[in-house]
Amino acid sequence: MNRTFGLSEFLFLVAAVRWTLLLSLVAFLGGGVLGLVIAILRTTSSRFLRLLTNGYIQLFQGTPVLMQLFVFYYGLAVLFDVQVDAWPAVALAFTLYSGAFLGEIWRGSIQAIPRTQWEASACLSLGYFQQLRFVILPQAMRISIPPTVGFLVQLIKNTSIAAIIGFVEVTRAGQLIVNVTFQPMVVYPLVAALYFAVCWPLSLLARNLERRIDADLGIKWHL
Amino acid sequence: MPILALNGISKRFGTHLALTDVSLTIEPGEVVAIIGRSGSGKTTLLRCINGLEVPDSGEILFEGCRVERSRAGLQALRREIGIVFQSFNLFPHLTVERNITLALTVAKGVPLAEARERARDVLRQVDLEDKIAAVPLRLSGGQQQRVAIARSLAMQPRLMLFDEITSALDPELVGEVINVLEKLATGGMTMILVTHEMGFARVAADTVVFMHQGQVWEKGPPSRLFTEPATAELASFIDAILPVGAGVTHAIP
Repeated sequence: MNRTFGLSEFLFLVAAVRWTLLLSLVAFLGGGVLGLVIAILRTTSSRFLRLLTNGYIQLFQGTPVLMQLFVFYYGLAVLFDVQVDAWPAVALAFTLYSGAFLGEIWRGSIQAIPRTQWEASACLSLGYFQQLRFVILPQAMRISIPPTVGFLVQLIKNTSIAAIIGFVEVTRAGQLIVNVTFQPMVVYPLVAALYFAVCWPLSLLARNLERRIDADLGIKWHL
Repeated sequence: MPILALNGISKRFGTHLALTDVSLTIEPGEVVAIIGRSGSGKTTLLRCINGLEVPDSGEILFEGCRVERSRAGLQALRREIGIVFQSFNLFPHLTVERNITLALTVAKGVPLAEARERARDVLRQVDLEDKIAAVPLRLSGGQQQRVAIARSLAMQPRLMLFDEITSALDPELVGEVINVLEKLATGGMTMILVTHEMGFARVAADTVVFMHQGQVWEKGPPSRLFTEPATAELASFIDAILPVGAGVTHAIP
């Protein structure tokens, strides 16, 4: 039976976008919490913690995300001796992957804040966590907007890899539609367009946010 | 009892001896100006006092108590000793008011309403009440430095340190900052200033300390130090820094 690509197929694709978004959101939020902890530990004076977090970052940055997916997918299955659903495996893998990248991005942002800001706040008797919370992180956040959004866009696109282990997000949905319609040159450009429709507004939003913050703070970039 | 006593402070960076056996006492209400060439250890000395640098040897007594190097000890010390830097170091992401109230509320536990009142008070002292809602980058250098002074004053310190606070300013902005310093000095604040403003040191300081090669080379009231330097090093320093004909007698070769 050979279907042609029509409205119901189109709606099927659009509906699958929510799984792409959900996976991205979970990975970004989970990875965000993890990344913040990693970034802070990477800038502490403890050599042990710095080595530990660096090891984690190198491991996840130095291996393909597809291999990480396989390891978690089959690893969880072996570990618990059951057939695992794709969802926990992809959610866990992408969270840890995001944590490594966000941790490294935010470490850089923290270290980009001048030492004098640490000194000035220390001299006003602020404790370490007070310095981080009120002085360092708010400034680091502004610096980190472009690379963070850049990573988020990468992450959204990279969740397409989850299709390989059968997680039905928008790419996998596209494959399924192609299998019944045999119209790859209709379906795949459309899938690509759906990604674009998600990612482009994010980039615009980020640039807007940056401009607004800069205007509020009186920052002028002379580029 | 002196408010601050430094006993035999030494500090080296690698092979460079920044401070060698520096001893100094400061009485309550005293205004001390530290002068000297760059690299003579002035700033390092100041940074040792509030723990930004840890001396290799010697001890520091604040109000008779040995300064503890622990995190909590330094935090307690810094509630009593304020510092203002050459580069202002305001928090650029916060308004002028929040720059001042932050440490009050967070580190000292002052209620926000009271902290804001204090912010207005100290801003009045530096004549910047109208800038309370501004962000630092919208202010001139002189205004930023006055906010930095206000921020430090709001903590109600018993001793204030000033590290070349006019050196990064355009010449026409120096005066407004000096005015604030003079007001503080006449108001009885105990102050230690590293400064190149000899005019200010001469008029406002009770004691001038000349540092050379990491040591206290000469020390005394400005009236004596500026007119009758006892060492050749101080004489040549004054010569180099003061405009011609400013009243220093030259040794004619």
